[in-house]
Order: sequence, then structure tokens, then C-alpha cells
Amino acid sequence: MTHSFDDISAQLRRRHRKTRWLKGLSMGALGLAALFLVFFFTDMLIKGLPAFSQAQINVEVDYSEQASQLPMAAVSEDMRPLVSRGYLRLVPSRMRDNPELQGTTRSEWVLADSQVDQYLKGHHSKLSERDQALVDQLQAQGRAELRFNARFFTSGDSKMPELAGIASAAVGTMLTLLVTLAVAFPIGVMTAVYLEEFAPDNRVTQLIEININNLAAIPSILYGLLGLAIFINFFGVPRSSPLVGGLTLALMTLPVIIISTRTALRSVPDSIRHAGFGVGCSRWQVVRDHVLPLAMPGIMTGAIIGLAQAMGETAPLIIVGMVAFIPDISASFTEASTVMPAQIFTWSGEPERAFIEITSGGILVLLAILITMNTTAVVLRKRFERRW
Amino acid sequence: MNMNMSLNMSLNIPASHESLSSMNRPSSGEPVSRNLSDNHSLGVRVRDLDLWYGESQALKSISLDIYQNKITALIGPSGCGKSTFLRCLNRMNDLIPSVRIKGLVEMDGRDVNDSKMDEVALRRRVGMVFQKPNPFPKSIFENVAYAPRMHDIVSRKADVEALVESALRDAGLWEEVKDKLHQPGTSLSGGQQQRLCIARAIAVQPEVILMDEPTSALDPISTATIEDLMDRLKRRYSIITVTHNMQQAARIADYTAFFHLGEMVEYNDTKAMFSTPHTKKAEDYITGRYG
Ligand SMILES: Nc1ncnc2c1ncn2[C@@H]1O[C@H](COP(=O)(O)OP(=O)(O)OP(=O)(O)O)[C@@H](O)[C@H]1O
Ligand SMILES: [Mg+2]
Repeated sequence: MTHSFDDISAQLRRRHRKTRWLKGLSMGALGLAALFLVFFFTDMLIKGLPAFSQAQINVEVDYSEQASQLPMAAVSEDMRPLVSRGYLRLVPSRMRDNPELQGTTRSEWVLADSQVDQYLKGHHSKLSERDQALVDQLQAQGRAELRFNARFFTSGDSKMPELAGIASAAVGTMLTLLVTLAVAFPIGVMTAVYLEEFAPDNRVTQLIEININNLAAIPSILYGLLGLAIFINFFGVPRSSPLVGGLTLALMTLPVIIISTRTALRSVPDSIRHAGFGVGCSRWQVVRDHVLPLAMPGIMTGAIIGLAQAMGETAPLIIVGMVAFIPDISASFTEASTVMPAQIFTWSGEPERAFIEITSGGILVLLAILITMNTTAVVLRKRFERRW
Repeated sequence: MNMNMSLNMSLNIPASHESLSSMNRPSSGEPVSRNLSDNHSLGVRVRDLDLWYGESQALKSISLDIYQNKITALIGPSGCGKSTFLRCLNRMNDLIPSVRIKGLVEMDGRDVNDSKMDEVALRRRVGMVFQKPNPFPKSIFENVAYAPRMHDIVSRKADVEALVESALRDAGLWEEVKDKLHQPGTSLSGGQQQRLCIARAIAVQPEVILMDEPTSALDPISTATIEDLMDRLKRRYSIITVTHNMQQAARIADYTAFFHLGEMVEYNDTKAMFSTPHTKKAEDYITGRYG
């Protein structure tokens, strides 16, 4: 019996319908994921972007003898609640550093109190009726406005939100990740190379392999406890330092790098190894000259993913004490330090409204760095690949 | 040339020649080895070679002599152990963990499988060309220059360049690639890639070249080029090649060995093998009545 096209089409219709249905479903899932992403980013941007601007007001600053003793005296009494106390506190030291200021009175743009900042941004503020009227008046005169908040990127933490910045945490993160990279990358890659290219396939190596895979699945907080026990209690590495944080994160990143490196090595076709052995390479020469260069893009992707993961990690670092309050930027591997996610975590616990803003601001900076890192990874990878 | 350690110098095993001629009487199914002209120098001597992959035996008591500056073809149905045998000659089987080898493979008076034999040194003297072209993912130039540099055969830039050119010329590829030496080797066509692999193998100036179906993936023109090439190369190298193409074996090989189910059934001068095979199996295979 033969089938006409119509017979077959009738049958096919059902199959086509199923295909369409599945396609619709997966597109829906994708759409939903995209929607979440868009929602998340807009929320972060709306909440975080205001943190990058900061209210400043133009006031008369009186660098009198009295002000060098009692900084409050530098501005007139009615302006005092509007000016950041953090700013005022710095007046004496500025006078000491710049003697020509002594005895002069200047009209200057100074950092406003965070309540003024919140008021200008249209949020709820604790300013009194009188002060609100004063701010309105200053604004009308062009003597109060929102300016770019450079301080956020250049200063460390502070208890006053208008003074708080992400810089000390960013430096801490950088130092910590440097330690992580320097420790986890060579050890991870060499371990993977050994397991994949040199080790015999026996019980012992299988056991090691299973354990490495398990390590990657351990909750990160346990790595913190491990770091605390090994590095701080046993080796006496200074607490809260980028060194101990980096070592702890290296423990956590190691399995990620090992696994991704092994995958990358495994994806190098055996024909390349045979070619190397065929011309008389030793095993190490085969690995170094032929296998590793081909596996490098994969290894780098793994390393960057591992580092990005480590960068966002908070729990293990809290355990090794990296939530310290660090007002000053210190570029030392052994001094107390904090990292960006821990800084964000600390800010998120502050009761003041202004801190919500800088929390989101900090998240935006963290995200920007992560996205930059990933983009660099992709670009580097493309470079590597384009060679062949 | 620094290669005056050629294989025949230290090899003097007249006994084996005698034992070979005594085996000349063929009986079907028995391995047949004969050496009609005695003036060839011996390159590789294989005796009672057994090889197992785990539990299954892939080579059964292989004995044969391979002569210098000749082309020896290995023929036989798929899975009979030709590639396995070829890999025994440069110990590529070491890379397969399950392999177990018994018997003698002798080159230059040394047992290849001896624990004192350095397989890297062996592979420097026994080059290999694989069935599938596998150039390194480097430039054409680097593909050829890599191994000689690694073995310290050459180090000065001008010497490296001269060696690369001569290897590419020998492989019949120079004219096609001389203007694009720094493009990736993988950008060449399949036949060109295979010739590049041959150039890579001869650049280390080996004495024996193993070729595992070097033309199986190539068109007739590339095949002809490579056959010509092998014919020219045998002046300087001993070539052992695997082929599924009977015409090819008849065209290029001086000797032909017929393998079947892990045994070497017949080994003879190619002309004799193709005109008057001594065993039924070989005859059936050659005339196409078998698989
Ligand atoms: N790596 C390996 N592990 C286990 N068994 C193998 C391996 N390689 C080959 N064998 C087995 O050894 C036997 C001989 O294989 P070999 O590759 O030498 O055959 P061949 O003659 O080259 O065949 P072909 O003409 O198809 O290439 C086959 O039965 C094969 O299944
Ligand atoms: Mg084969």
C-alpha cells in the first residue's frame, strides 16, 4: 500500500505540533530568565546609581584659630546640621597641612550630610522643617546640588554613609584574588596535568578523582573553617589578611581549576599526542609543547570562572575574619583587610537609609568588575583561538 | 651527516638468514617467509612476537625480517593486527595501558622492548606517519622545524630554514607552501597535510619510517604524489607501510606481508606474492575473494 503526501502530512501534523509546542516552551523559559535578569539589573541600577552622586553645598568656611581647636566653629551655626561631620572633622588637619588657609574665610563646596543628600534625592530624611527650608533655599540659589561621588571610588569604609567608599574593599579583593590565583592556578593545572597525562589509571587515582569532584560540591563555608584551622591556627597566618583569605579561597578554587583543566586536556585529540610521541617527544614535551597550548583557552576559562566565583564568596572570608572595618586603604598582604562582598554585606546591615544606596552601589561595582573579568576571559580566549 | 649509526652496521646475524631459507617450504596456513635476494641489509628483526590487549591476543608469534632501503607493505583484512604490529616497531603501544608484549623486536642489535631502551631515542630513529593526517596546530614551518630543533639536530636559524626547505622538498610539498610557511598546518588540504606529516617525519632524519595507511583518506592524485614520494624516499629510509589497496602494494612495495587474525600468514617478495601466492588465504585475499 502506498501513502499519498496527504496521508503522510496528516501524520506529520501531530509531530510538527509537538515540535512547535516544545519550541514555544523553551522560548518561554528563556524569556522568563531574561525577564528576571532585566528586573534584577533595573532594580540594582535604580537603587545603586544614586550612590554615585552625592549632595554638596556651598558654604562659608572660616579657617579661624578657633576652628583648628573646635572644627564645628568653621561653619555658621545654621549651616552646621547640613554639613557632613566627617568633612568638618578634617578641617584642623587641613589647616595644619595648608598653613595659607589660616585666618581666611572662603566660600567652598563641601560635602553635605547624608540627610541632605537623601532629601535632595527625594527620599525620606530626618532633617527638621527649618533645615529642609534652608536646603530648598540653597538649592534655589544654586548653592546645593548633587555632584559625582568620586569619594565612593577612592576612600575606604566609614560609619558616615556620605564618607563611605568601596576602595579599601576593592584593594582587599584584588590582593586576595592575587593570592588565590598565584596559589590555585599552578597547583591546579599541574595536578590536572599529572592526573590526566601522567598518572596510571588505578584505584588510587580514581579515589583522588572522586574526592576532587566531591570537593567542588562542598559548601563554601566549610572551606572557611578549614582555612581557619589550617592557616590561622596551625600556620599562624595573620587573621583577616588578604593572605589568609586568598589561601582559603585557593582551597575552594582548586577543585574548579583541576576539573576544568582536566576537561580541557581531555578535549585535546589523542592524534596530537601521537604526533608528538611519533617525532620523539618525551611525555613532558608532548604536554608542554602540544597539549597545554591547545588546552589553554579552556584552562583559562576555568580559572576565570573559578576566580569570579571566589570573588563573590563571602561566607568563608567572614570566618577567617575578612569583615573588618577598614577605613584606610592598605596594600599589604598581611594587614587586616576586607573584600567587596563582605563590605557589601556589612553595609547591608547598617540601619541608615543612605547605606541601602551604597550597598546597591557596591553591588553595581562588583558586577561591573565581574562582567569586565568575564569579557576579558572571552577576549583572551578568542585571541588564543585565533592563533589557530 | 651525523647519522652514521645506520642500522646494518652492528647487525650481523647470519643465523637468521639460514633459518629463513629453511622456512621457504610453504604449507598452507603456516607463516611463509622468504628472502630471494640476499644482498639486502637487514633493518628490523622480529621473532616470535606476541601481543595482548588485556586478555585478547592481537598478534600471534610474528617472525619476520624487514630490509633496509626497501618498502615493505603490510596487508590483510581489517582488524588483523597490522597497525598493532606497526606500533610495536616504535613502541607506540606503550601508550595503551592494557598492552602486554612478548618476543623480540630487534633493531641495530638491540631489543627494542628492553627496559634499557629509551623509547624516545627509538622514535627518533623510527619515524611514523599516521592514517589520519595530524599536523601540529602550529605553522607549516613549525610543524617541520619543531622536532629537529627539539633533538638538537639543528639550532641556527639558517640551518633550521634549510632543513625545513629540504624536508618539504623531499615530501613534494615545497612548491605548494613556500609562500605560506607561516600559515597554520591545519589550513592545508588533506593530501597536503599528509605530505606535511611526512616532511615532519623525515625532518628528524630517521632510518625507518612507519606509515599506517598513509593514503587511505586521500584522492587518487594525492595518493599518486605520496606513492612517488615513498619510492624516492626509500633510497634513504626503510619504509614499512600498511595498505588496504592491493594495487598500491603491488605498485610500490618490494616486500609484502599478509596478516590474518593476528598471524603473519605469508611474507614474500611483492612480485612473487602477487603472482604466485603460496598460501590459500593470501591468494584469496589478494584476488579479492576474501572480505
Ligand atoms: N587500543 C586497543 N585496545 C584493545 N584492543 C585493540 C586496540 N587496538 C586494536 N585492538 C584490537 O586488536 C586487533 C588488531 O587491531 P589493529 O588496529 O591492529 O588492526 P588493523 O589490522 O590495523 O585493522 P584496520 O585495517 O582496520 O586498521 C583488533 O581486533 C582490535 O580490536
Ligand atoms: Mg589499522
